[in-house]
Amino acid sequence: MSTITGVTAADETPTPSPGSPLGGDAAGTGRLGDRLFGGAARGAGLLVIALVTLIGVFLLWQAVPALARNEANFLTSREWVVAGDHPRFGIVELLWTTVASSLIAMAIAVPVGVCVALFITQYAPRWLSRPAASLVDLLAAVPSIVYGLWGVLTFRAAVLPVEQFLQDKLGWFPLFARTGISGGTIFFIGIVLAIMVLPIVTALSREVFAQTPVTHKEGALALGATRWEMIRTAVLPFGRPGVISASMLALGRALGETIAVTFIVSTLARGSDWSFSLFNGGETFASRIANNAAEFDSPQKTGAFIAAGLVLFILTFIVNAVARVVIERRKAFTE
Amino acid sequence: MTTTDTHADAARATLLTSGLGNPSRGRAVRDQLARVVMWLAFLLAVIPLVWILWTVVSQGAHLLLESKWWTHSQRGITSRYPGGGAVHAIQGTLIQAGVTALIAVPIAVMTAIYLVEYGRGKFAKAVSFMVDILTGIPSIVAALFIYALWVTTLGFQRVGFAVSLSLVLLMIPVVVRSTEEMLKLVPNELREASYALGVPKWKTIVKVVLPTAFSGIVTGVLLGLARVMGETAPLLILGPYTKSIAVDLFSGLMPTLPTMINQDRTELGQAAAVERMWGAAMTLILLVLLLNLAGRLVARFGSVKK
Repeated sequence: MSTITGVTAADETPTPSPGSPLGGDAAGTGRLGDRLFGGAARGAGLLVIALVTLIGVFLLWQAVPALARNEANFLTSREWVVAGDHPRFGIVELLWTTVASSLIAMAIAVPVGVCVALFITQYAPRWLSRPAASLVDLLAAVPSIVYGLWGVLTFRAAVLPVEQFLQDKLGWFPLFARTGISGGTIFFIGIVLAIMVLPIVTALSREVFAQTPVTHKEGALALGATRWEMIRTAVLPFGRPGVISASMLALGRALGETIAVTFIVSTLARGSDWSFSLFNGGETFASRIANNAAEFDSPQKTGAFIAAGLVLFILTFIVNAVARVVIERRKAFTE
Repeated sequence: MTTTDTHADAARATLLTSGLGNPSRGRAVRDQLARVVMWLAFLLAVIPLVWILWTVVSQGAHLLLESKWWTHSQRGITSRYPGGGAVHAIQGTLIQAGVTALIAVPIAVMTAIYLVEYGRGKFAKAVSFMVDILTGIPSIVAALFIYALWVTTLGFQRVGFAVSLSLVLLMIPVVVRSTEEMLKLVPNELREASYALGVPKWKTIVKVVLPTAFSGIVTGVLLGLARVMGETAPLLILGPYTKSIAVDLFSGLMPTLPTMINQDRTELGQAAAVERMWGAAMTLILLVLLLNLAGRLVARFGSVKK
């Protein structure tokens, strides 16, 4: 069971019959106790559906009045003035920071996470395999607020020289343009997020890799493959859907990470120049909301932040739905 | 898989000695290269872990060794001066987590029972899908939802109970998924035997299935609690900090460890506040680790016998 991701090996493993108990309500007796208990179970399921629907509907309901009064284009404006009679706010900057930092995190966490998972399942000596897995899981047990503190107070100093180097050598490229920001850049947020989501990628990939049929592996080796060739031809193709859905889950987590990012980001001054540089500051959806929690005093202001939260919700919803589809498709193939 | 590895090594050893299937130089180099990369990736992953733990322990451990840390609050202590403890925040964190579990566990376990024992067809698929969506909901969105419901619509204050409500949303999916997995592990023969004796389905679930899967469910609950305890975003929005002990969930402020850290973070110039901040961070890590450890122990010693 992967306790970190909430997705279990059962979801990932192609099993012809998932060992399901007796079909449907065939075993129910129709007596009062059965009807009550079955109803309660059904009710709990209904409650979960209602909760998720309610979240979407409620956020929408609260956001719409504020959006209607918004005098700027919500999707393309960089402004964020939510008070007064002429509110002007848009999310383009939040969207860019959120997506860019999460993509950097994925670019680091997915290759490293997959390699760590391969290490644990295929390379580590027997005595090291379990402790290594627990160590990486331990990364997930560190609360995100501690990542935030460590990132700002300790880790920042170590990454700064790397950023300087990249700006010196690759500054001509717009993504690496010099900005003069020494606080939390998008690049730095991405690195911290990568560390935070690494255990998610590793935990799930590890489980799928461990499920590779022994016959596939032995077949590859019997044909004279080296261990790396065996991994490339047997383990990786078998685990690919698992890795994809693990990455999607990790991406969802990275997009919505709040407190660590809030501690780290350098908020840009209002009206500062726009740049595509990864060494720019900026806020993510989550950090903009968290940073301004004290401002939730009028429905209009609250509505604006809720609108931002709604976009984040939709973003993570899409990412998670894609992960789900990948898992389902794989099940369909293997059955 | 370890057995395959030894098989593989043995097989290759014989192949190598017989001179057959000896990989060409380029392939052998690539194989070694891959091995080195995997080791490096693992070491790379361990570096931040050690670094974080070292930072927190070296800066915060000595506060935790003072008995005052576990018995006093911060009441009347300004950020400039050292002293006081974290008992108010520890208490708040534990109370909120406890209430969260009290609400979330029954809902989550019943949902899991529905999915494994009853659910077939479209409705069950929808429930399963919604649990997935719930898994992916960012904590800040959960907090915003509760804010919109509790404060904006119902007109209540920001209190401890509202925090618990938002944590419930984050805890349900974790517990549903782990419980589901544990229920699936319960052998079908047990259910069939029970049915054969004429026991109704609901009694079979309550008296046979749940007890068999009990330790696994407990593990899931403990790990879910560990995840929820470290959350900060809902606390920022729904649970302002105070320096005194507060146990009322429905009125007034309620301090917690994350908000204590957040409070002291705003006073980075004061050595005493920085010290307290790391102390609170270490206390929080310890709590989360203890829950994780407890969960793993329960899992190891009471797992479902196949």
